[in-house]
Amino acid sequence: MEKFLSALIEGMSFGGVYALVAVGLVLAYKTSGVFNIAFGAQAFVSGAIYYQLHNRSEWPIIPAFLLAVVVAAPLVGAALDRMLFRHLRTAPPLSRLVVALGLLVAIPEVVGLFFKVTQATQYKGIVPGGEIVYRPLSGVAITRDDLSIILSAALVAIGLTILFRYTSLGLRMRAVVESPRLTELNGIRSDIVGTTAWMLSSFVAGLAGVLLPTVFQQVSVINYTTLLTAAIAAAVLASLTSIPIAFAGGIGLGILQQFVSRYLPTGNVFASNVKPSLPFIVLFVVLLFKRSLSYEQGLKDPLAGVDPPPPVPASAVRSRELTIGTRIFGFVVGTWWFYSVLFLWNDIWLDRTIRILIYAIIFCSIVVITGMAGQISFAQATFAGMGAFFSAQIATKQGVSVIAAIFIASAVAAVVGALIGLIALRRRGIFLALATYAFALFFDNTMVRYDWVGGGIFAIESQRPVVGPVDFARPVPGSTTRDTAFLVLVLVVLTLVGIAIIWMRNGTTGRFLDALRGSETAAASIGINATKARIIAFAVSAFIAGLGGGLLASYKIQFSSLDYKAELGLFWVVIVVTLGPRTVEGAIQAAAGFVLFQEWVLPTAIPWLYNHALPFADITAISIGWQQIFFGLGAVTYAKHPEGILESNKTASLTRVQGLIDRFKSRRDSEIETASV
Amino acid sequence: MTPLLELINVDARYGPFRALFDVSLSIQPGAVMALLGPNGSGKTTLARVASGLVRPSAGTVRFDGTDFSGSETYEFARTGIFHAVEGRSIFATLSVDENLELALGRGRSRTEVSEAKDVAYALFPRLAERRNQIAGTLSGGEQRMLSLARVLAEQPRLLIADELSLGLAPIIVDSVYETLAHIRDAGTTLLIVEQHVGHALAIADEAVVLAKGSVKYAGAAEGAAAYSTI
Ligand SMILES: Nc1ncnc2c1ncn2[C@@H]1O[C@H](COP(=O)(O)OP(=O)(O)OP(=O)(O)O)[C@@H](O)[C@H]1O
Ligand SMILES: [Mg+2]
Repeated sequence: MEKFLSALIEGMSFGGVYALVAVGLVLAYKTSGVFNIAFGAQAFVSGAIYYQLHNRSEWPIIPAFLLAVVVAAPLVGAALDRMLFRHLRTAPPLSRLVVALGLLVAIPEVVGLFFKVTQATQYKGIVPGGEIVYRPLSGVAITRDDLSIILSAALVAIGLTILFRYTSLGLRMRAVVESPRLTELNGIRSDIVGTTAWMLSSFVAGLAGVLLPTVFQQVSVINYTTLLTAAIAAAVLASLTSIPIAFAGGIGLGILQQFVSRYLPTGNVFASNVKPSLPFIVLFVVLLFKRSLSYEQGLKDPLAGVDPPPPVPASAVRSRELTIGTRIFGFVVGTWWFYSVLFLWNDIWLDRTIRILIYAIIFCSIVVITGMAGQISFAQATFAGMGAFFSAQIATKQGVSVIAAIFIASAVAAVVGALIGLIALRRRGIFLALATYAFALFFDNTMVRYDWVGGGIFAIESQRPVVGPVDFARPVPGSTTRDTAFLVLVLVVLTLVGIAIIWMRNGTTGRFLDALRGSETAAASIGINATKARIIAFAVSAFIAGLGGGLLASYKIQFSSLDYKAELGLFWVVIVVTLGPRTVEGAIQAAAGFVLFQEWVLPTAIPWLYNHALPFADITAISIGWQQIFFGLGAVTYAKHPEGILESNKTASLTRVQGLIDRFKSRRDSEIETASV
Repeated sequence: MTPLLELINVDARYGPFRALFDVSLSIQPGAVMALLGPNGSGKTTLARVASGLVRPSAGTVRFDGTDFSGSETYEFARTGIFHAVEGRSIFATLSVDENLELALGRGRSRTEVSEAKDVAYALFPRLAERRNQIAGTLSGGEQRMLSLARVLAEQPRLLIADELSLGLAPIIVDSVYETLAHIRDAGTTLLIVEQHVGHALAIADEAVVLAKGSVKYAGAAEGAAAYSTI
């Protein structure tokens, strides 16, 4: 009984944390229509401010709390709304999710510019004497900090329930989410309501931000994002609409976790893995069985038709001359690059080029799932990881040739991809994205630990392939041979993948996916099988990611799960979405951006430019964080430019060039005409 | 007498596409105007300009003598314009009661709101039975009833009704028009966009016929029939 009670109480204090975040997520979705995956990042802002003021500058609790939670957090929310989300009220939910994802990537780095996260330990919470322990019953202990979390979560849940049940503000917020214009037709200012909604949900994020670090004793963004996953399960259980269910779900999950860890036998891998993966299992089960999450028809904004249609992609505005021109340009640049890599530049650039090509293969998988199918998958790094781990396992343990092993591993990834597509089948796109996220975290936290996946405590290695007489082995340092064979190998694979994608785009599946991106209902009514097309897209995408992941492992030989972490997968989506998610060309650009930004642009190119522009300046390197900020803010433009910023700039300049060509042509035509007259 | 609504040389665009060309019209207080024209002729666009949903790219919109050309949609609504938009014009995710609450809640006290709601429910007992139903699950006819109920309870100065009869059974169309006549009798000016020319002209005093974004006819309702052979 004692064991039971103490598990209950301790579970509740963990559950309070989940509940607070889950309530915050539901609030944000209900009042702004955004699944705010950046909720943890926003919480981190307030946590960092509070730590800076209270711990470091020794402000008293109340002013520090007021500034961090009551002033700063809503200000951040208002700023985000004014600058971003206000323009996205009629954008599709998935675009809004991508924008939030960009923020998730960028915000912590922006905070990091001002706030030293290292050594942000010994966090002091918002109640004095937080570490004081209460013992309501023998064997049951709870600290004052834990109590403050449970109480705050309960107060927030009650307050919000009242807001939605009994006030007109709550009603107006929900109305604005459905249709800002229809709300305006009722004489209500949708922009003010929308900004208020963001301020409110950011306040809850800020509150979570100052409460949660007491659990971990430190202020670190990872803790916030990890928490998010458990909260997502509770929020999905509440269908992203019910505040009380989200609260109860969070508390329940905390309790369940405590019980599992106390009552399950210890000592085997399975049992020790159940606890951390519980939220993902719960999320999966909920997604599988909860019917109210299914695709809702006709719930689009009835006044979405007031907006003009989005601009056409670059390829559609080009004339034949221009297409040939850009192709020739691309070919020349490519040839120049490869010539330089082979004959002029050193091995560092050879290495970079190979990795760019491998990442381009992986990013092609994002082109398939996001660019073609219009879905967001957060598990692409995990599919790549599956390609890596499984191929390494098969090659080393079964002695299968590496190339064959990579194919087998990619096939496994494809099957898993198809299964995830199947689970989230009749769910709204947002839940599909969450399912992939849950899977990625599940793989990261649990699967990788198994001997037959990530090798457990023993690291595993991949190998370089041998195909017939060609040995792709890594050159011995100091020898004159270079890694060119591998370069050719990845180039061939990338070309094949590119051809496959173009073939798929022009084939039935591609057409189906195009139609589905337009309107699911309309597509279904002309007999397009959404299910099949979408599952094919998921499987193909996972397969391509597996190929790239396997090749990366084989190229690096020594690799680790860090190369395929879920967070990395998020960043990949961000970078591809920024640089062009619609084309293979875009994937290559994104890969070049990913590799070169970190290794060359920030540490070498920018300081060089800067020091030359300002003769007295002497900077050595730019913080790597700028990469996240740059691309994170790039992804924020996704809703306006779903074809990617680079692509949209290309369109703009191409339209200009096209205009010149047309003018030239018409002048020539009129000259010909006058001549013939 | 100043016209209630006046559009002077209005142009409207959707991005690069131009939907209205130099359109002028004016409605006197208490009048009923029918806005006719073939598909894609710009009727809905004109209605949107008149309720502030689309801002004219050139020209002036006046309401009761005041210039509203650059105003926000909510400002139009607050002066007493209500636009029942084409298609679904209610909030599908809110309940019937919440829809009415939202429409009638602004600027009224709690008791006034529930009185106004009672008026609406008294006129449409069908809605009272379904007050807690999610409005998206109402039938098409019931959804129109809901948007008319709030008009009846509030009596706006101008009602813009875009294709209210679309997709309704003939009997229901008749009852919708009865309700419109009722609304007119209570003093609301009407701008009715319609495909059912007969119905619209029967109730209208004046008519405007659009074709390809320009006014083809403006004048007495009787004269419009000749132009609207669609
Ligand atoms: N959001 C939009 N973006 C681009 N063009 C639009 C948009 N909305 C309408 N149009 C175009 O403007 C023109 C006028 O459309 P409008 O909806 O006003 O016509 P309508 O007279 O109401 O037609 P219907 O009788 O079919 O309802 C049409 O050619 C239409 O294609
Ligand atoms: Mg219309």
